[in-house]
Amino acid sequence: MKSLVETDELGFYGKFGGAYIPELLYPAVEELRKAYLKYKDDTSFEDEFKALLKDYVGRPTPLYYSEKLSEKYGGKIYLKREDLCHTGAHKINNTIGQILLAKRLNKTQIVAETGAGQHGVATATVCALLGMECIIYMGEKDMERQAPNVQRIKYLGAKVIPAVSGSKTLKDATNEAIRHWINNPDTFYLIGSVVGPHPYPSMVAYFQSVISEEIIRQLQEKEGVNHPDKVIACVGGGSNAAGAFYHFYDVPEVDLIAVEAGGLGVKSGKSAATAQLGKPGVIHGSYTLLMQDEFGQITEPHSISAGLDYPGIGPLHAETIHSGRVDCIAINDDKALDHASFLAKSEGIIPALESSHALAVLDHLKIKKDEIIVINLSGRGDKDMSTLTQNME
Amino acid sequence: MKKEISIFTTAGYPEIDSLNRQLDLLEEFEIDFCEVGIPFSDPMADGPTIQETSMKAISNGMNIDLLFKQLSERQSNTPIYLMGYLNPIEQYGIERFLKKCVDNQIIGLILPDVSIEIYERNYRRLFEEYGISLCFLVTPRTSDDRIKRAAELSKNGFLYLVSTNQITGGTSKSQNSLDDRYLEVKKLAGSTKVMIGFGIHDRKSFEQKTAHVDGGIIGSAFLRAVQNNETESFLRGITNKTEKISTLASS
Repeated sequence: MKSLVETDELGFYGKFGGAYIPELLYPAVEELRKAYLKYKDDTSFEDEFKALLKDYVGRPTPLYYSEKLSEKYGGKIYLKREDLCHTGAHKINNTIGQILLAKRLNKTQIVAETGAGQHGVATATVCALLGMECIIYMGEKDMERQAPNVQRIKYLGAKVIPAVSGSKTLKDATNEAIRHWINNPDTFYLIGSVVGPHPYPSMVAYFQSVISEEIIRQLQEKEGVNHPDKVIACVGGGSNAAGAFYHFYDVPEVDLIAVEAGGLGVKSGKSAATAQLGKPGVIHGSYTLLMQDEFGQITEPHSISAGLDYPGIGPLHAETIHSGRVDCIAINDDKALDHASFLAKSEGIIPALESSHALAVLDHLKIKKDEIIVINLSGRGDKDMSTLTQNME
Repeated sequence: MKKEISIFTTAGYPEIDSLNRQLDLLEEFEIDFCEVGIPFSDPMADGPTIQETSMKAISNGMNIDLLFKQLSERQSNTPIYLMGYLNPIEQYGIERFLKKCVDNQIIGLILPDVSIEIYERNYRRLFEEYGISLCFLVTPRTSDDRIKRAAELSKNGFLYLVSTNQITGGTSKSQNSLDDRYLEVKKLAGSTKVMIGFGIHDRKSFEQKTAHVDGGIIGSAFLRAVQNNETESFLRGITNKTEKISTLASS
């Protein structure tokens, strides 16, 4: 049987996916598709990728047993500590993979979009490492609420260009990055999530799959089991969820729970709960679930967390949520803030606001004794300190 | 041979009901055909001018239903293609949309985010059933095989040659190096009409860019003229006509 992470030859996971791109981008996308297929199974590429993940990123990241969360909710709750990756989030796993591909394609300029700034920082970091020119598009609104990351990106030598159209968030930064790419087809577009035209969703999921690969190994050591009972991860575009779910998609015993941003409430008109509010449509080169009005215009999402503030969702998630393989739950801004605060005070870990959405799902689950739950703590909250402290009670 | 002139305009810009006045004017100036842009919130292949007109048109209340209503009321005989992004049309319903195109004598569509592969798999059968052409874009960098394939699919409309590899609204780079390629594209296209677009802003750039192909498409420059209330003088310049042609005198 075909694995759920495999696409057909046009890049569709069942109904969702594909490459809806202007012909102007065809040569660049085709070049990338061929390079990805060639190097994915190339041992020297694999060795270089794994070596950088180990010595530069600091992998494997710990699988930390949270006594406090386990006491409070029951079961055995583990946190996959992606927040301990170099640069502070899982994003760098993917940027390492893509920059190594860019190097093999003899590219010298990298362009990327960023929402929370984590992908921008991770991209600027690997560009510094490999001596490439780096341009980051970031929504003007996100530049304000994630100011520390803007400073980091600039300090690493990259250029930050504000996206001032539309909602001035991740969607608009992505539009601008794609426009830059169309204008400069020799530039390498380093997408930060499992979105965009094929092969990006497959490729980014593959580079992030190191997360679930490590979870398997770590649970074998700690619990003597081959898989957890539940894996929980937040979803904006969905790269950390794709990585945390990757090796479990085809293991039906594992419950996979994707957590999207409810904003002020799914029905409030200020939400980013794409799987619930979205309809099938085309955004940024793929057919997926998409928040839009009755005329097919893309609507502006809302989330307190810049990384989840996106009106689409990766096509792999659209397909697996649509088919029922993955459960999807929306968590509102206030609950995410509560759980950020709880983890900080109980475990001494300040989670990113994105990851706090995943933690908040614990309130909604019926957890059996001895059930093993892994929450992907995708990033740390340093970038969110101004939002977190403003909301301190 | 006389080169064809095509004008792109955004439906619902600058006013919600501007379209038919613009189409009348295009007929008076004997513009060969018009591309009417369906505004979309996230036009990823368009530059700032068309983005801006799209935003304005959406806030004016333009949508596909209203567009077809306005088109059904038009007096102008200028042939029309519709240009837009797939998502609003998907939501409207592809088949319903194609039927409306037939009802309103639309010749074809230009959908930059529909690739050849996606078209052949998902849409070609329906388009052919309704006799609506999808016109594909190619660039000087497109491979010869793909140019032939795109030209064959676009044969009842035209092949849209993107003059330089950039999004709409830019200024041109060095022209000479590309001329040979334009000539090759024209040969590869066989009997399919080749229209060149992107970067044409006046009569001089029109003549330069269309030297080896069948005609040129003017979009951003026309909309900038509309913005500046210089529509007629712009059309006079681009058509090289000293006077507005009377509709009675047109062929």
